[in-house]
This record gives sequence, structure tokens and C-alpha cells, in this order.
Amino acid sequence: MRNCLPVVGAFAIAFGSAMAVAGDGPGLGKSVTGADLALWDISIGPDGVGLPPGSGTPAQGAVVFAQKCEACHGKEGKGGISAALAGAKRNVGNYVPHATTIFDFTRRAMPWQQPKSLTNDEVYAVTAYILALNKIIGENDVMNAETLPKVHMPNRDGFVSRYPEKH
Amino acid sequence: MSIRKRGHGGSPPEVAANGLIDRRTLLGRGALIAGAMGTGVTTSLTSAAAEPLPVDPWSMEIGTAIPPYGQPAKYEMNVVRTVTNPKNEPRTTQARTPHHLLNGTITPNGLHFVVSRTGFPDIDPAKHRLVIHGLVKKPLIFTVEALARYPMVSRIHFVECGANSAPLYNKDPAQANVQAIHGLLSCSEWTGVRLSTLLDETGIDPKGTWLLAEGADGPSMNRSIPLTKALDDVMIALYQNGERVAPSNGYPMRLLVPGYEGNMNVKWLHRIKLIEQPVEAINETMQYTYRVAGPKAWRYFFPMEVKSFITHPSPGLTLKEPGFYEIAGLAYSGNGRIRKVLVSADGGKSWGEAALDAPVLSKALTRFRMPWHWNGQPVVLQSKAWDEAGNWQPTRNEMFAVRGAPKVNVPVTAFPMGHMNVITSWAIDNKGEVKHFYA
Repeated sequence: MRNCLPVVGAFAIAFGSAMAVAGDGPGLGKSVTGADLALWDISIGPDGVGLPPGSGTPAQGAVVFAQKCEACHGKEGKGGISAALAGAKRNVGNYVPHATTIFDFTRRAMPWQQPKSLTNDEVYAVTAYILALNKIIGENDVMNAETLPKVHMPNRDGFVSRYPEKH
Repeated sequence: MSIRKRGHGGSPPEVAANGLIDRRTLLGRGALIAGAMGTGVTTSLTSAAAEPLPVDPWSMEIGTAIPPYGQPAKYEMNVVRTVTNPKNEPRTTQARTPHHLLNGTITPNGLHFVVSRTGFPDIDPAKHRLVIHGLVKKPLIFTVEALARYPMVSRIHFVECGANSAPLYNKDPAQANVQAIHGLLSCSEWTGVRLSTLLDETGIDPKGTWLLAEGADGPSMNRSIPLTKALDDVMIALYQNGERVAPSNGYPMRLLVPGYEGNMNVKWLHRIKLIEQPVEAINETMQYTYRVAGPKAWRYFFPMEVKSFITHPSPGLTLKEPGFYEIAGLAYSGNGRIRKVLVSADGGKSWGEAALDAPVLSKALTRFRMPWHWNGQPVVLQSKAWDEAGNWQPTRNEMFAVRGAPKVNVPVTAFPMGHMNVITSWAIDNKGEVKHFYA
């Protein structure tokens, strides 16, 4: 039996990673490409990587907000059955460190009854409206994949990480 | 710290003030049990049978047909979760485990706590997929059926909401029971596939040091998790206490991140993406951040630190008469096993060591027990736990020295502070009524 071992080893090396996978585990996952995941890969990091094409202004966002957001978040985002988005001591505008988070959450989770139903332009516009309500951007500023990550949020440096933890 | 003295005339050995009895009387050791039985402790229990016992109707008829899926006895219908959003209005739902009505350490699936943004999704397991992509060498997609063929492990772990026990941060003691205060905590045997098994197959790009985990629910709830943790003990759980994961706990699969705050244990898991830095999801930049004393809020505060609380007695479980009771409670730590639990009946002046039910498992609920003779006078019960990493459960003052003291009172459904692991006190008056109290 011992004599067989070097042969097995050479075989695995010669046939590369496919054999290594087959040898290591069940290998029951199927390959998937970035194109397959276009509708799933919606997360956007603080650097803005992943932001889609499109754009929106506070004025455009005000129209969408009145139709789809105001019933829960109140007029001008002052709060209602759901959280205030402006004008509160702590809200998404004056608390989260990067504006990308507002875009990301709005696109994935809002409106509450119909998540993922807004177009990318609508999400940019609503994000711009929320930022303008908080006086973080101007009334005429356009939010898109280039401008949104550059917005300086007032609480940008308001956090300290507890990870890695000390035991 | 403990006081050990012998009682008079064969009464059980008291280890701390106000009637705490040596835990070894639970273990059936002759001398100690004989001592306990020799007192008046059991008088009321032995004086009941004064007339002949009748034959009850259920002993004279056939029983009910056994149903395909069993339910608790009809007399136990009050053992339910409290649900904050029963009409599923546009806000988060909190469903709390009734620890005062349970015993042991495993939470029945129907009573497991839930925090959910929009109820639970109706996921067809035949169509559900798990994708692992991002900074991997070979992105892969798995069906539920495929994952169920992988080597699995079973582990008993608690899951606790990062904001469990938040009412302890009120300025005045919230008049609430153990379910309202500590009910966002449950413990199950989880069975599933280790994430490291799947990452072996995808390979990892060395730049990938974090991952984001995302659910298939409407809001696609997501969180960032350090890869170090993922490779340590994270699993994709398919089974909960032997049956498939409950719909409100993540069916058909959830991430289990043992010991870390519950929100990271992403339910309805459908995507894992390896990334270079945290994604700054809303649940790690708005929620699950902790405003403490000092200019900066804490974030990425992951392990649920060592905690214990007494479930029996507790508010609502009124003591009907003086005599023997077992003080029982739960202890746990996100940093490992429980090493020791002390119990006090005099508000923390004297302590006795509780018995721990075996096995004491890492990052799992541990049941502690302490025999007690209540003499009918007012007492204040407390428990305090230590974990194997050397951490201990802080007093309120110890915690507030770091985080700042609470200034206001908010409803028990609000979350003024997370990771609240301070000592809980129950005050019992001379009528046996139990109330939340600050000692």
C-alpha cells in the first residue's frame, strides 16, 4: 500500500484544483458567475463599489418620498409609525458614517410593503432627498455612483470598533 | 466570598444568608438530604392527604387519538411568546421566550425568540439557493438538497439579541417579568454544515478577511462577520432541535455564529460574499451600535458577554408560603463555558455557589440551581456568573463606570443600551410577591 502513495500525490498535483476539490469535499456546489448574480449582488460598501448607474436629485426624491415613504416616515421625514429620517436627535442622516448605507438599505428594504420595487434612479433621488433634509447636501446636488461615496457624513468619525475583542 | 455554617439541630447547612442551602443537598448525598428532610421545610408537602384518593375520570376512559404533530398540553396554553407586532405593521417584531415558564436549557422551537423586520418569508425550499461569492477563487451556488448531503455537525448554542436585557438600563427598575427583560434569548441544538467546509470548496482570496451574510427575506437583512470567526465555528444550520429550522428562525437555513450577537446569525440565509472590510450595513451602523459615555459609539461589538439571571422565582411566580424552593436560573457566555455561578438572597452581601446542570457547554445556556429555604421575610435574590475566559458579570455600578449611567426610563420594547449583562435583582416581599429591583 505504501508504494501507492506517491502515485496518488502526483495524480492530484497533475490534475490541479478540480481534483483537489473532488477529493476534499462533496463538491455539490455549481459554479456561478457575476452575471448570474447581477440581481442578487446588491450590497454596497462604504467605498461605493457596487453602486449602479443612475442618478437623482432632492427635488426628484421629494416626489417619490411623498408617494412611497411619507405614510410611515412622516412629512419631510419627521417620523411617524416608522423612524424619523431627519430632524431627530439621532437619525440615519446624522448618525451613519457613510451615505452609501442609506442607498443600500433603501434599495434592499424599502418601501416596507414592496422592497426592491424602486428603480435605481428613484433610490438615488430618495437618498438625495434624505441627505438634503439633513442639510448634508445642497438642494441641487445630484447623487450618483460618483458623488454619493464622496458625501461627508457629519458622524463620519463617531465610532470606535470593539473588534477584535479582548478576552 | 461564601459563608458556610452549620444550621442547628440537623437543619441543612446554610451557605449564605436568608436560607441559601448547600448545593450538594441536590445530589442525593445521604447526610445532607437527611438534614434537609429533618427540618420543617417539607411539612406543608406532607400534610395534604387527609381523605381517600378518588379514581379520576381520565383513569376510567380511553384517551385522545395521538396526533401526527404533538402540541403542548391544553393546560399549558399560556406558555407562549409575547409578540410586540401581532398585526405585522411597518415596524420590527419582537417575540420573547417565556423563560419563567420553562426549565432546562433547550428552547422549544415554537418559543424561540424572534426579532424580525417584516415577519417571516414563505420560502420554497426547492427554489432557495445559497451563493458564496466575492473574494473567493471559485464562486459556488448550492441548493438546499445539495447542502443536506454535506457532512454536518450538531452543536448546542444560545442565540441572544444584542439588545436583550436592555430594560436593565432604565433609570428605575422596569416592572416587568423575566420574559420582557431577558426573553430575547433562546438555546437550541443546531445541526448543519460548517461554513469552513464550503469555503474549502470555494477557496479564499487572501484579501477576503470579512464576509457579508444576507437573508432572502423582503428587507434582505445583512451583516458583516470577520472571516476568522467564520472559519472557527460558524455553521449554516438546517435543523433546529432535530427538525428543520423554524420558519420564523430562518427556514430553510440560517447562519449560526455562536456567541456573537443574534442579529449576525442571519436568518433565511441566501448569500455570503467575501469582502475586504465591513459593508457598513444599516444593522451595523445605525442599529447594533452602542452609545456609551464618551464621544464615540461602539460598533462591531460581537460577543455576548457572560450573564446570568434567576428564572425561578421571578416576577409573576409568587411564593405562596414559606418553606423550601429551588432557585433556578440560566447562565451563559459568548466567550466559552460557564465556570461558576453564585447566588445571593441578601442583595449581594453574602453568596453561595450554585450547582450547574451537566453538561456545561461552550456558548450554550447552563442551568444553575440552588436549594433555598424561605423564612417568609423580605429578601433580594441575585445571581452572578463567571466564564472560563475569566470574565465576570458586572454590577450595575461597574458597568455604568464604563458606559455612563442611565438617565431616563423607556418602555421594555425600546433598546436604550445593548450587551447589558449586569446582575439582575428580584425583591421578594413578605407576601411572596417578586418584583424587579435595583439592589
